[in-house]
Amino acid sequence: MSRSVRVGLFCGGALALATMLVLACVDLPGFGHYPGPYGDVIARTGVAARHATDLVTAVNFDYRAFDTLGEEFILFAAVLGVAIVLRDVRGESERARQEAAEEHAFGDASAALGAVGLCLVGPLVVLGIYIVTHGHLTPGGGFQGGLALAAAPLLAFLGGEYVAMKVVAPHALVEAGEAAGAAGFALIGLGGLVFAGVFFENFIGLGTPGKLLSAGTIPLSNVAVGIEVAGAFLLLWTEFSDQALLVRK
Amino acid sequence: MTLLPYLVAVWVLCWGLYGIVTSRHLVHLVVCLGVAQAATYLLLVGVGYRNGAAAPIFAGLAPGTPVVDPVVQALALVDIVVEATVSALLLALAVQAQKRFGTVDPDELHSLRG
Repeated sequence: MSRSVRVGLFCGGALALATMLVLACVDLPGFGHYPGPYGDVIARTGVAARHATDLVTAVNFDYRAFDTLGEEFILFAAVLGVAIVLRDVRGESERARQEAAEEHAFGDASAALGAVGLCLVGPLVVLGIYIVTHGHLTPGGGFQGGLALAAAPLLAFLGGEYVAMKVVAPHALVEAGEAAGAAGFALIGLGGLVFAGVFFENFIGLGTPGKLLSAGTIPLSNVAVGIEVAGAFLLLWTEFSDQALLVRK
Repeated sequence: MTLLPYLVAVWVLCWGLYGIVTSRHLVHLVVCLGVAQAATYLLLVGVGYRNGAAAPIFAGLAPGTPVVDPVVQALALVDIVVEATVSALLLALAVQAQKRFGTVDPDELHSLRG
């Protein structure tokens, strides 16, 4: 199919799609006039029922924890898929990759960039842990904090220290972290089944709202998911940077 | 104009799709898919918005204060995670396409090879 025919077909289809979507939008409640009821029910009862002050996290890790489990395994399966798609193909060997990694240093990475990158690793880890552990109090949680944690070794990479990145975050440890985080979240769900009779029931004492140790299983779930997300994204980045080094070679 | 945010979502979706259809590079195509998916964030967060309401974080907020819908915000978070995983998988496939066929132009990847 030639390019112009394809664009013509697309324009016709897109026009029809846009027309239907606009007609659908006309019947939506006007912007700024959210009608409820589900969000309102949670806003009214959430803090009293779950002792979590960040209701978005409460929805994610308690009310909709079962869906979040599915989401977590989507992430797990996708990382597995990337690892399989990027596995060694004919003519590539692990040794060539090792050599490329040892030679790697961004030639144009200045000493200042390297120093700043390495200096920021520690603060970023602290920030990531803070975001994960305070997810039930203030905006944040396992997914957001896990990403901040995963970005920390990337700073070492940015500073031209690919080998250092591998030392800070060895492959086996990252893989184990990802698997343990995914399993931990599933086990918290099973804990609800065992101790309270319902899968993902909040079975730990709820504590005082606003305190670090409150909201029952929600902070535990955040920690498990944070570890899993950090591991998953680190695995993704090592897979892709391994490829980049090979291609450059 | 209370419809405007929804119309922006439709607009963003259509431009993302246009980018996918006319793309000449697989990485560009993945970015266009991300643009198309950004429309869903706009729509989700837009549906739950309420004029003059606070964010659904009750740390330092009196109980009973009107807030925007926390459910759609949680859904937007799910959406973002799925978008990241889809992009990662597609980029991995783009890397393999470059290795196997020596091109990342979708127009040159049309024929099946055994």
